[in-house]
Amino acid sequence: MNGLAQFTALNRLSLDLTTGLQAVYSAVPEILKHLKIRFLLTTALAVVLDYQLVDAATSDSLFRVDRINALVTVVLFSIAILLYTKWAKQGKSLFVRKIAGLDAVEEAVGRATEMGRPVLFIPGIQEIDEIETIAGISILGRVAKITAQYDTPLVVPVRYPMVLAAGQEVVEQAYVEMGRRDSYNKDIVRFVAGEQFAFAATVNGMMMRDRPAANIYMGAFFAESLLLAETGNAAGSIQIAGTARPEQLPFFIAACDYTLMGEELYAASAYLSREPIMLGGLKGQDLMKVIIVALIIIGVILMTLGSGELYRSLFEAV
Amino acid sequence: MRTIVPVIIAFLSGFVMVISFFFNPDRAFIGRIESEVLVWVTIVGGFTLLLGVVSITRVNWHAVQSKKEGWVYNLLTLLSIFVMAIPAILPSSWSPLLGRATGSIYDWLFFHVDYTMMATMFAMLAFYIASAAYRAFRARNPEATLLLITATLVMLWRIPMGEAFLRLFSDNLPWLFSDNLPDKINTYIMSGANVAVQRGILIGAALGAASMSLRIMLGIERTYMGKG
Repeated sequence: MNGLAQFTALNRLSLDLTTGLQAVYSAVPEILKHLKIRFLLTTALAVVLDYQLVDAATSDSLFRVDRINALVTVVLFSIAILLYTKWAKQGKSLFVRKIAGLDAVEEAVGRATEMGRPVLFIPGIQEIDEIETIAGISILGRVAKITAQYDTPLVVPVRYPMVLAAGQEVVEQAYVEMGRRDSYNKDIVRFVAGEQFAFAATVNGMMMRDRPAANIYMGAFFAESLLLAETGNAAGSIQIAGTARPEQLPFFIAACDYTLMGEELYAASAYLSREPIMLGGLKGQDLMKVIIVALIIIGVILMTLGSGELYRSLFEAV
Repeated sequence: MRTIVPVIIAFLSGFVMVISFFFNPDRAFIGRIESEVLVWVTIVGGFTLLLGVVSITRVNWHAVQSKKEGWVYNLLTLLSIFVMAIPAILPSSWSPLLGRATGSIYDWLFFHVDYTMMATMFAMLAFYIASAAYRAFRARNPEATLLLITATLVMLWRIPMGEAFLRLFSDNLPWLFSDNLPDKINTYIMSGANVAVQRGILIGAALGAASMSLRIMLGIERTYMGKG
């Protein structure tokens, strides 16, 4: 069969499929008129039809059909989180395991209060558009509430002006909520340097001069992680770190008293708040993890048996 | 109002970014919206730079005024900011020393002071790694001993000197080298056990990030605004 004949056959097959799907598509609203899933089905069929047309014409599509696996994952994930959040709202008790590093935050601030020395908090060295930085800022709010409560000095050096603005807002709000508006000082959160190693040098200097009783590192860190953590260790501070970067974790583990690994950083704000609605999000995440583990086990079995290529292609990221 | 408006903005921004991922940028504007929004972030970031300058000046000026411990460093920081910034802002048409071109004051200070100091900080990392490694590899308990043995094996085979050292024993321990056993152990540790753990952490972190993003988009998580 030559190329033209192949194309004609493909085109005809696609046309048949499209006509068939269009027939189903037009019949479905009648059948499912009163069902809530009508909208979802319509969207799904539109995507399928689009895919068929694109396949025949070999032109580019409005939808990224190659990313349909990611869309399914997003939908599943959203459903899992919303479901657990709903159950949490209804008062269902949710178990969340203990995270020693987060339990130690209050202890660290208490130590600083007893010693009359400041708490140093670093929300990572990335911009505010980084989710790790947002997680760090969320934890900063909790830490600021504790320092405001005990009237302990807090110092927050940042590397980006946008993080500065967000940090100042969060800390001010925490002090206001704890009824310590008068203790709030705009310079608690301060911009120290825009360059990575200039930032590390400044913070190291602060550690050695001010000798903070507790150093809390929460966010995205890179090569400066060990420079900061080792200096803090040498200064005799109690240190709690949290990052989602696996390559920096060994450094923090070696130099800090407690380390939050990966997902624990993102769970911190929910864990510290103990609000059932936020804990619901964590449980939804756990359900997704169980699904992923099951999918990995199925994949390992299929690949071991030598018939997992199709299965693997379903998960290819584009 | 101070809570609802940011939540709505967060929802719309997040929703548009997620949706744009599934659209073709060549066929739909929504597919290009991600890069458009990132340009806005850069523009907003540029304006906030002024906030940073104000903050760094105020903090250091207060320290100098009150003669706080180490105030000389604060003074040096203040001087550095203005010595770097002012000649860089002024137009190079006035003098070749101004602006940011090669041969300008800014250029000289950047390459001969700033750059070298940053390189020094980075180089110091080697000493910090040595002290951290000493603490991490102390054989205090069975787990730490296992870590010590594993790290020694990996390091010995990964550096030329270590490999040469191991080869000294090739005559006495032929069984060890006949099948390139050290290399196999090394590969298994680094590409097997190590990668498996790293991927486990990465999957957990990715799910955590996605979960947190969803909580922010839906307004469940508002702690980043100091609420809740």
